[in-house]
Amino acid sequence: MADLVKLTIDGIPVEAAPGSLLIEVARRIGKEIPAFCYYDGFSQVAACRMCLVEIEGIPKLMTACTQPVGEGMVVRTETPKLAEARKGTLEFLLTNHPLDCPVCDKGGECELQDMVFRYGASESRYVEIKHHHDEQQWSPVVYFDPARCILCYRCVRVCSEGMGVNALGVVQRGAYAEIAPNHTDHLECDECGACIDICPVGALTSDTYRYQTRPWEMNHVGTICTHCSNGCKTTLGVRNDQIIRGNNRDRSGINGEFLCVKGRYAFDFNESEERLTTPMIRKGGKLEPASWSDAVRFVAGKLKQLKEAGRQIGVVGSGRVTNEESYYLQKFARQVLGTNSIDHERSGDVVTLLDALAGRANALATVDDLYRAKAVLVIGSDLAHQHPLLHWQIRANWRHHAAHTYSVTAGPVREDQHTVAAIRAAEGAEMNALEQLRDKLSAESELAIVFGDSVKGEAVRQLVSFGDSLGIPVKYVCLVDYVNSRGAMDMGIIPELLPGYQSAAAAGLPVGLTLPQMLANEHLGALWVVNADPLRNTRLAAKEAFVIVQDLFLTATAQQADVLLPSASLYEKLGTVTNVCGEVQRLTKAAQTMGAKADLEIIGLIAKELGMASQMGPWITDKVFAEMQQVVAGYNVPLPVIATGGAAQTLPPAVKIGVETDPALIRSARDTQFTSGTLGSYSKKLDSLLESPGSLYQGENVLALATQ
Amino acid sequence: MTLPQELEQKFSEIIGKYPPEYKKSALVPLLLYSQDALGKITPELVNEVARRVGVFPLQVEEVLTYYSMLHFPKPMGKYHVQICTNVSCQLTGGPELWELACKRLGLGHKEVSADGLISLEEVECIGACSWAPAIQINYDFHHFVTPEKLDELLDNLRQLQ
Repeated sequence: MADLVKLTIDGIPVEAAPGSLLIEVARRIGKEIPAFCYYDGFSQVAACRMCLVEIEGIPKLMTACTQPVGEGMVVRTETPKLAEARKGTLEFLLTNHPLDCPVCDKGGECELQDMVFRYGASESRYVEIKHHHDEQQWSPVVYFDPARCILCYRCVRVCSEGMGVNALGVVQRGAYAEIAPNHTDHLECDECGACIDICPVGALTSDTYRYQTRPWEMNHVGTICTHCSNGCKTTLGVRNDQIIRGNNRDRSGINGEFLCVKGRYAFDFNESEERLTTPMIRKGGKLEPASWSDAVRFVAGKLKQLKEAGRQIGVVGSGRVTNEESYYLQKFARQVLGTNSIDHERSGDVVTLLDALAGRANALATVDDLYRAKAVLVIGSDLAHQHPLLHWQIRANWRHHAAHTYSVTAGPVREDQHTVAAIRAAEGAEMNALEQLRDKLSAESELAIVFGDSVKGEAVRQLVSFGDSLGIPVKYVCLVDYVNSRGAMDMGIIPELLPGYQSAAAAGLPVGLTLPQMLANEHLGALWVVNADPLRNTRLAAKEAFVIVQDLFLTATAQQADVLLPSASLYEKLGTVTNVCGEVQRLTKAAQTMGAKADLEIIGLIAKELGMASQMGPWITDKVFAEMQQVVAGYNVPLPVIATGGAAQTLPPAVKIGVETDPALIRSARDTQFTSGTLGSYSKKLDSLLESPGSLYQGENVLALATQ
Repeated sequence: MTLPQELEQKFSEIIGKYPPEYKKSALVPLLLYSQDALGKITPELVNEVARRVGVFPLQVEEVLTYYSMLHFPKPMGKYHVQICTNVSCQLTGGPELWELACKRLGLGHKEVSADGLISLEEVECIGACSWAPAIQINYDFHHFVTPEKLDELLDNLRQLQ
């Protein structure tokens, strides 16, 4: 590493790496140089002129956002001259800026407002009529008020550089310059809302938050987004148990500020009027409301009766509930109900990957690894649509570290904009196509491989041996669908395996039915479905089976329930979830819906009714987690890390799993950015966006932007 | 979009002048030649040019709306009369010429006659100060313009039709 540069900022001696920017170095020592257009991680435009500083020996004021540090530099960041300059800049920015702070959504957290307070540019010498242009709605979520815009270009850069979408630009010039959407009067984009969050003023506002509240009137609850498996932290703005907005401006969590459309806007399912709020029992063919105690007693009685009659009981878990709930559910099924027929909709072949990697350290990539690896290979997934955070990380890696990316996919993907090599291969034929990349990949110093559900069973083993044959360190990510799909596997929500990938057969458990087998078994006595919708496109063969459903909504499966128990959403729960990279993160309870209960509590209450409470242990998330730490291999993660909002990655099992699972059972739902299984269909916001899913991969928008 | 053969040839010629990795530098000349050859810049042309130089259509629109000699989305007339009212012309009668033209043509700034033949624009300095007042019709300069000369020029445009 080159020698550090020594300089002085406001009399404080500082050392910094050559090439680092003054504004960043100053920030590090607690000197905040004001700036609108500068945003770390994006290109520099030096447009706003707020970050001017004095440098000794240079007669003019310099922009700290573009000024690299120099040896012996003497910098001043707060002087009367600078205050005057910044005041002038603000006065200029305010020439056309409306004074509508009292009705502006940004009021209270507006960077322009803060700066005007700080530098006192509250009076203007301009008396001309302000140039005004009416507000426009660009999409179901994005509104633009041109008059408030200060042309910092942050939105343009986050969209083009960060997302790779290029949906925003600046048209016209001078005082008439204006941000414009890619389709004249509307946007066709990912609708991620990054432009709204990053806007320093209230020029871009979101439909969900407009005119709803003030930032200081909300509680800000950092929890994990309940949609896809990437495990982004989302900070929910909550007022009176109502979630009003989602963002992550505090950059906590593995995703930094990134969120996709689901994390930012698809929390509205939580307040859907279709939420179930009372238990229901089927009487005379109709679901009738019942009290919790009656419903639980009814369920317990039925389960006891069926168990004593030796009937087969099937349990369906989900990638939507916490690790604690999955663990508790399988424990209940196996120890109390005595059934090993427990399964969920499997979306990725985690089992084979972990088996192939057993005993290896550093073989599983974290979300952060995708940002740091020298090379990344994507197989069989359109990450920008299916795993937006992973796409963001890989793109940021390419932008910041010039990482090499490779893709082997069936159709065009957004990584094509910067891949070293993009290969088209039909699903299932990816492994053969991979050979074409062998030479290039062998020349890399390290590699992270991300693969989708088309690589399963034997292909996963082939992939790992391909990785081994490259002679470089390789890390893997096996893509799965939902927020805790990975956790459901880890917790043994499959008949073949107990929690921590222990063989169920070796532990002496009977062979259990898989999910399709349960649904097709005519002799099934009961089916207990926890937050899943397996009957959405298939019928239950056992017509007389007693069906228990825990869910948020009256899904196709719930409609066939004999007992329906309303459960709480992930935003209303405590517990942990494990993301696609095997990183465990903790939830914080943000809201609650009257009448609904957390699935953990529901299972606990049924256990209590059966007199099995002491065997099951308390249904308190921390107690269950403590048990998981002991029992589930890989989950002995440091509590301080996750308790303070961090992510702790689990390790692959130390020894081979030695259990074959049927690859045919693995099938991803292939949710896009605008769908999210059951939850997605109850999110009005997501539904409203389905109409404009972005023709981003069509016609003139498919660009190999090699020059960008 | 298929381009007229002549323009197609011009496109290849212009793009060929730049190294392949900098082909987007050809953007402004491509647009200017297209505007002259086709008389207007259409959204289809925007997409076509974007595709050829490897940028997004919105980025082409950014350039189009930035440069005042590129007219988008509203095209100017077949004869685009540009009258300078900057300092030298202002002192020598430019504003009077401007008012006269407005009155005679019944057009304002950046307005086009109903038949699309003539359009009018008040422009910043066109670099002809030594011969002020000056006006520009399409690419032709006219120096030391008097009201009479302007009348004559405008009459000629009608006849040229």
